[in-house]
Parts: sequence; C-alpha cells; structure tokens
Amino acid sequence: MASLKTTFAGIECINPFWLASAPPTNCGEQVMRAFDAGWGGAVWKTIGEPITNVSSRYSSVDWAGQRMMGLNNIELISDRPIEINLAEIAEVKRRYPKHVVIASLMVESRRDVWHEMVKRAEDAGSDGLELNFGCPHGMSERGMGSAVGQVPEYAQMITEWVKEVARTPVLVKLTPNITDIRVVARAAKQGGADALSAINTINSITGIDLDTFTPRPNVDGKSSHGGYCGPAVKPIALNMVQSVMADPASVLPMSAIGGIGTWRDAAEFLLVGAGTVQVCTAVMHYGYRIVEDMIDGLSQWMDEKGFASLDDFRGLSLPRVTEWKHLNLNYKIVAQIDESLCIGCDLCHIACWDGAHQCIHTDRVTGPVDGHVEVHRKPMEAVHATMSSIAVTRIPKMDPPAVSHGHYKAPLARIPRVDETECVGCNLCSLVCPVEDCITMKEVPGGLAPETWEERTAKLGIVEQC
Amino acid sequence: MGTAFTPHAGITARFPELKPALTPQAAMVEANRCLNCFDAPCTAACPTHIDVPRFIKKIATGNIAGSARSILEANVLAGSCARVCPVEVLCEGSCVMHHRAEKPIMIGRLQRYAMDNFYGRGLQIPVRERPELPLRVACIGGGPASLACAAELRQAGVQVTVFDKRDLAGGLNTYGVAEYKQRVSESLREVEAIQSMGVEILQREIGLEDFEALEQEFDAIFLGVGLGEMHRLRIPGGEAGVMDALDLIAGYKTGEILSIGRTVAVIGCGNTAIDAAVASKRLGADEVHIVYRRGPEEMSAFGFEYEHALQEGVKFLWWRQPIALEAGTLLCAATAINEAGELVVGEMRTELAAEVVVPAIGQSPLAEWLSSVKGIQFAKGRVVVDRATGATSHAKYFAGGDCVNGGREVVDAVADGKRAARGITAALGVMEVAHG
Ligand SMILES: Cc1cc2nc3c(=O)[nH]c(=O)nc-3n(C[C@H](O)[C@H](O)[C@H](O)COP(=O)(O)OP(=O)(O)OC[C@H]3O[C@@H](n4cnc5c(N)ncnc54)[C@H](O)[C@@H]3O)c2cc1C
Ligand SMILES: Cc1cc2nc3c(=O)[nH]c(=O)nc-3n(C[C@H](O)[C@H](O)[C@H](O)COP(=O)(O)O)c2cc1C
Ligand code: SF4
Ligand code: SF4
Ligand code: SF4
Repeated sequence: MASLKTTFAGIECINPFWLASAPPTNCGEQVMRAFDAGWGGAVWKTIGEPITNVSSRYSSVDWAGQRMMGLNNIELISDRPIEINLAEIAEVKRRYPKHVVIASLMVESRRDVWHEMVKRAEDAGSDGLELNFGCPHGMSERGMGSAVGQVPEYAQMITEWVKEVARTPVLVKLTPNITDIRVVARAAKQGGADALSAINTINSITGIDLDTFTPRPNVDGKSSHGGYCGPAVKPIALNMVQSVMADPASVLPMSAIGGIGTWRDAAEFLLVGAGTVQVCTAVMHYGYRIVEDMIDGLSQWMDEKGFASLDDFRGLSLPRVTEWKHLNLNYKIVAQIDESLCIGCDLCHIACWDGAHQCIHTDRVTGPVDGHVEVHRKPMEAVHATMSSIAVTRIPKMDPPAVSHGHYKAPLARIPRVDETECVGCNLCSLVCPVEDCITMKEVPGGLAPETWEERTAKLGIVEQC
Repeated sequence: MGTAFTPHAGITARFPELKPALTPQAAMVEANRCLNCFDAPCTAACPTHIDVPRFIKKIATGNIAGSARSILEANVLAGSCARVCPVEVLCEGSCVMHHRAEKPIMIGRLQRYAMDNFYGRGLQIPVRERPELPLRVACIGGGPASLACAAELRQAGVQVTVFDKRDLAGGLNTYGVAEYKQRVSESLREVEAIQSMGVEILQREIGLEDFEALEQEFDAIFLGVGLGEMHRLRIPGGEAGVMDALDLIAGYKTGEILSIGRTVAVIGCGNTAIDAAVASKRLGADEVHIVYRRGPEEMSAFGFEYEHALQEGVKFLWWRQPIALEAGTLLCAATAINEAGELVVGEMRTELAAEVVVPAIGQSPLAEWLSSVKGIQFAKGRVVVDRATGATSHAKYFAGGDCVNGGREVVDAVADGKRAARGITAALGVMEVAHG
C-alpha cells in the first residue's frame, strides 16, 4: 500500500488528514477520539480571550432532499478559558506524541499580547501555530479575524510579530472574503510565514424563513451574516488554493481547507499542491469515522495510479490550469448520444434548445444521423401535440401490448439526435443527462494546427483589449 | 342531490387504505427523485394529460397548493384519480425510471399528497375569469364523466345541471370503487367541490319521456350514464344465494352489507371480480374462489390486481364454468379450447362450496334507454362519438365515459367529459379561454 506519511513545513505527519479548527477540535477528549479514529492531526479550535456564543448559531442549505450541502455558522472562537485549552493540548500531546496538534490563535492586535500567546501555546507542546485571520463574524468587529486578514499590511505585521518569538512553524489561515486571495498570501509570506492554510469560511446568508422573515440562523428574531462551508464551497476553495500555489510570490506549504469530505476531494487539493488537508463540515455531519475511507480510498487510488508517496503526485495538476488566452481554439468536440443507453427523458433536448444552441432534436425526420437536420419541431410543438393527443387506459385484452423498443431502452421517438454540424461542444447536454456515459463528447478532427488566442491575435497584430 | 353520508365504522376498520398517504418528508424525497422529463411520457400516458413533472416539482419546492392547482387544471377529479387510477399501466407504467432499472416515481401517491393537502386546507377549485353565459347544458348521470364535463363547462361560464338517479352523486366513484382505494366520503368531498363551482346537481332519473322537455330547456345534453345492470348468471338453481358484484360493493360501501357467507364463489375474472372477491374476504368469508372459464393469460384483470387478490387469500379456479347452483354448492364444468379455437364445455364436473355466488361477468349497456334517444348512433353497446369532441350523431347530444368506451377507468371518463365539454362550447360558439 502507498504511504500517506508526509512532512508539512517541517512537521512529521502520519497522514495528511487534519481536523480544521472548529467544533470537532473543541476539546482534548474530542481530539483524542479523532486520533483514535485515524486523523493524523488537529488544528485546535481557535484559542483567545474566551467569548460567549449565541444560540442558535448554525444554518444550512439543503439541496434536492440532501441535507447540509452548505453549512453556515455565526460561532466565534473557543468559549473556553485559554488555560484549560492549553492544559488539554499538553495532555493530548503527551498521550499522542506522533499526532500533529496545531494551536489556532486569535488575540487582540497588540505585539505583546501575541508574543505572550505564542509562547504559551508552544510551551503547551503544540507542533505549530495557525494564525486565524479569517473569522468573518463577531471577531472582525473587534479588529480581529478577517479585519486582519483583509488588510495585507496588518496580516504581514502580525505574522512578523509572531515570527519574532515562534519556535514552531507558523501557518497563516487565509480568508476567502477578499477580491484576490494572493494579496494576503504574499503579505503572509513577506511576514515570514512558514505555511498557509486556506480557506476559512465565506460570508453568507443561507436563507430567510418565509414565515417569520428572519434570516437563518435565528437568534431571537434577528440574524447575522455567517461563514459558509461544506461541499458547496469546494470549487471556490480549490480555485483559491490553486491560485495561491501557482503564484511564485505566495507559494508556501499549503494546508487546504474547504468542502473536503472524501479522499477524492483530498486528492484534488493535493493535485493543486496542498501538503495536508483539513476537514470541518464533513466531520460535523458524519463524525470522525469518515477518515477511515479517506485513508483507505486515497492509498487505494495511489496504488492504482502507481504513486508510492504523496510527493509523487502533489501539484501535478497545477501546470494544467492556465489563462484563457493559452487555450487551443482549434480543439473541437461534439455531443454524441448512445441510443442504447438513452432513457428518453429528453432533458438534453430542452437544455440545448433553451440553454445552448438548438441542435438536439426529437423528431428524427431528415438527413443522416451526423448530418444537418432541416426540418425540426420546436419544443413547445411537441408538448402541444401531447396535450391534444387522446390517450386511454391500456386494458390487457383490448389494447395491443406496448411495442417493443428493439435494442433501445426508450421508444425511438423519444431518443433525441444531435445535429453535429450545429453543436458547439459546450457540454451542457452531457451535464444534464441522468444516465452515465449516455452522452459523450467526441473529438472531431478539424485538420487545423492548435492555435491559442494569444497566437492568433499576435499573428493578426491585434492589441489585447482586456 | 345528496352528499350527506355517514361512514360505517365497522367497514372503515375492515377496509384500511391499501396505499396510505405519504408523509411530507417522504413526499419531498420522492418528488426530488423525478427527473422533470421534457414532454414527459408520464404526462402523455395520462388520459387527462396531467402535467406530471410540473406538479411534482412544485411539491419539491414546497408549493403544495400550486401543485394541486396545476393538477386540477387538467383533471378536476384528481383526488379520486390519485387513488383509483391503475397507475401501474398509466403514468407510472411509462415513467422513464423503468428504463434505468429503478422504481418509477410514485406519481399517484404524490398526486394524492397534493390533493389531500388542498382539500385538507379547505381550498377551492379555482374558477377561471370569464363572463357568465346564457347557455344551459344538462348532464345526465352524476358519475366521473358528467362531473368532469360539468366542471369544464362551468370554467367556460356555462350553466350546468347534472341529473342522477341515485341517492348519492359520484357514480361508480361513490358506489363502485373498492373502499380500500377510495372511501365514499372522499368521492363525495370531490362532488361538493364541483358543486361549489356552481354546478347544480339534481337527484332525478331521466326517463325516455323526458328527452323532449330536456331538448327544449337545454342548449346541449351530455350523456354520462355509464353502463347498466350486471349480466345475470343464467344457470339452473335460481336466484337464492346470488348477489351481483355491483350490489355487493355498493352495499358494503354504504354500510348496508356488513357480512357475507363463509364460502363465496365469484364468477368472472375482471377487475370487478377481483374487487368483489377481496371484499368478500374482508367481510369475513373463509373461502373465496374466483371461477373463470379461461386461463390466467386471458383474464381481463390487471396483473397487479390479480397479485393483490392472491395476497388477500383469494383462490383462483381456472377453466371452469358454473352450470348449476343448489343449496350452497356450485356445480362447475371443466372447459377447454377446441381445435377451432372455441371454448367448449367438457365432461368433468367439480363441486364448489358456495353459500354466496357473486357473478361479475360484466355490465350490460343501457341499450334500450340509449337507443331510444332519437338520432343517436349506437353500436356494439356503445354510443358512437367523435373521440376528440364527444359529439354524437345528434347535434344536441354529446357523450362520454363508460357508455361510450364500454367501460374503462375513472380517468378515461374524466378525459371524455373534459373533451366533450370543450366540444360543446365549441359547438355553441363559446370563445376558447386560454387554459392548460
Ligand atoms: C366494481 C367496479 C370497480 C371499479 N374500480 C375502478 C378503479 O379502481 N379504478 C378506476 O379507475 N375505475 C374503476 N372502475 C371503473 C369506473 O368506475 C368507471 O369507468 C367510471 O365510473 C365511469 O364513469 P361514468 O361517469 O361514465 O359512469 P358511472 O360512474 O357509472 O356514472 C353513471 C351515473 O349515471 C347515473 N344514471 C344512469 N342512468 C341514469 C338516468 N337515466 N338518469 C339519471 N341518472 C342516471 C347512474 O346512477 C350513475 O351515477 C370500476 C368499475 C366498477 C364497476
Ligand atoms: C461551526 C464552525 C466554527 C468554526 N470555527 C473556526 C474557528 O474557530 N477558527 C477557524 O480558524 N476556523 C473556524 N471554522 C472554519 C473551519 O475551520 C473551516 O475553515 C471551514 O469550515 C471550511 O472547511 P469545511 O468546508 O471542511 O467545513 C469554523 C467553521 C465552523 C462550521
Ligand atoms: S454540447 Fe452544447 S451545443 Fe452541443 S448538443 Fe450538447 S448542449 Fe447542444
Ligand atoms: S438526457 Fe440522456 S437519457 Fe435523457 S433523452 Fe437525452 S440522451 Fe437520453
Ligand atoms: S417520466 Fe418519471 S421521471 Fe420523468 S417526469 Fe414523469 S414521473 Fe418524472
């Protein structure tokens, strides 16, 4: 089996799976149970001056019957005394010396206060420090959290203060609530940070109760913007991690966070350069036990791909993300429907008509399958034909049995066809088709050499506009 | 016309619902399973063309009242249809989920969920904005066909009077449908909803002598009289111990029949026979046999109805024909198909204990009554109509439902009624109002 051992910013890790600083790392008892379940590390729930939380404090976005596609919280940092948190860190490290414990910190923006906090955390035995410059709610009003993370100068200054005394690696946790995440990443690097972690939660309002008009979560009739996380934020996090890792002025070891819940998510973040991954929402949803498959699935995949260690594939996808102007304009694909798999839902038909380029037809009237269709029925004509048709209940003895569809699953009349001469290869139909592998995109050789926008405009002597 | 009815507690207890209501959570999950097909095959398969994906998506978004209104636009008896339709061979039978080896969407139960919610909240069938017209139409018969026709005519602003000879309106929806599918009170709830659209329902039998007066009084007449009496069992042994299936079903549904003999033989193997046999079981019979003169592959009952009867403990006696009845014993002869393909009676005889014999061998058409309406073409026991408009060969008369299609399902009667109403308004020169 492939090895999941890794070294992150000088910290030895038995695997790259860490718990993010959040409720799952609230206390020592929890963190020890997590380690027993298989987690390689934990970033302690942010320690600072204890605060008081409100209730309620979470709300979620459910989608199509699935719970918690996105989670939102208006929780603050730890509401437990600093001494107790530190004593528990010491206890955990004593019992689990091979596991990683990172202290997440957030204190008042004063040099002496930070110095004091850093020393205490390291004395307790933490393997590293994570500076929480991200919390979007509550703390920012007091000049902490994202109030720091959104101003590069402050972020750099506080990182410098911390580095003045820190003996262990310092991670700066970035907020996504900023136009260009690289700006603060560069500032952190300038300030001497050893590593980065990203992303913290995204400012959000998950929804509004249509009976009471109060946004969620409801705190005695009022609400506040909260931080969004969970599966819904993964694409945003993936983009932010990629953009930091592809930027020479920002790049540092990266502990990736945001919507990670399975080994597949983890592998994707490792492919854009992450060193470790952190998980919060998925654990809040299903518990620590999810790490078992994360470990098992990742090493299984690595074995199949022939990767012996995480370093063998870390960052492999980075060079494949590029600017639009470097994409090949002469690459052409068209949609192809596998008639033997099609179930006749006609979702591709309506999607292409209303949302793409009107080249999927349900009337199979003229021309060869790969040729241009001259006559076709507009979608609403199909619906009107149905509405005015006369249907009767099929009675076994009186009505002939349903006609067989031959080797097709659906009646031929319901299997749409693509007019390949009109298809722009946008993918939409293949995205809406509910049947796996039914619509595939086929490359059509155009006979032209690859050419990018940059090359084309250079050739034509056009000056770039944007 | 009566809708006043008190259900009998004993009957209610013996006939619990076969397909109980979905809970809100379950409905939500099920609704989200629907793919929202375009020009959906389920919609095409529904005789009234209820826009299935449209109403299901509304359940998924929590717009239950809107869902019910979308359903009602296509089918005013949607509450009954949700319960009594053979969805297995209609909408659910054509759901694309079959092609991907998944269970079809529970369209019937979702429809019921929306309709129960609608009536449960005391909402009214929405009536379209239109002027009241000085036009009057009579609907003869108060079953699904007439009720649907009447509701659709009201939507166009036409004055409608429904005549029915029975105590309670609703036709077989009230008196014929098995109680574990739909209770009498649920049928009557729908009748009331249609009455509240302004449809007048009178309890009156229309006799041959009434046609002339009706033709004078009304601009058009819709015939939705259904079928007539059940065919009689013409065998020696008399009438003692014989109860036809329709009387049995109507009897227990209205609480007049509360028990039946220990042994019952039901003759015939259509859906009505199945209903009568299952009802006999539930009314306390120990042994219930269905006696059919052909084999299982030829029965006219739907496959799922047959399966249901087996589950209820009904036994099937194939290739047998009753030839005599005496003192609780039914004498049956074996049957077979000869070389010419005809059904012949063989030598073998079997005796079957049967305190009660229930013929369920089909209803006869109201031939005499219908053929006395002058100018109406009548063939093979059915009124001949133009399928798209319900128009008969007499300009003033339209028809639909069992009397036209020879006896299909409630939803077919509703579709017929709706089409006929549109045919009538077109014939009377009423401008078409935009609708779904
Ligand atoms: C036992 C049984 C069970 C059934 N179960 C189901 C089921 O589970 N699901 C399903 O979809 N379908 C079922 N059906 C079929 C369904 O009930 C019929 O297809 C449907 O009711 C037909 O509607 P209709 O309006 O044409 O006729 P009917 O419902 O028969 O209504 C006709 C009405 O006309 C009245 N009438 C007749 N003559 C006159 C007159 N001269 N003057 C005044 N009134 C008159 C009658 O009293 C009756 O109320 C069942 C049928 C039977 C017999
Ligand atoms: C309830 C809750 C409390 C959190 N508290 C902290 C915190 O104290 N310090 C911190 O740095 N991040 C905190 N976070 C942010 C998480 O550490 C993490 O960055 C974010 O949730 C994204 O990861 P996920 O998508 O795996 O949840 C909190 C998140 C949640 C949901
Ligand atoms: S790829 Fe886009 S344009 Fe081509 S058929 Fe599919 S939806 Fe239409
Ligand atoms: S979306 Fe897929 S399954 Fe549906 S009609 Fe199109 S090709 Fe067939
Ligand atoms: S066919 Fe099935 S999946 Fe498609 S719209 Fe109808 S119920 Fe939904």
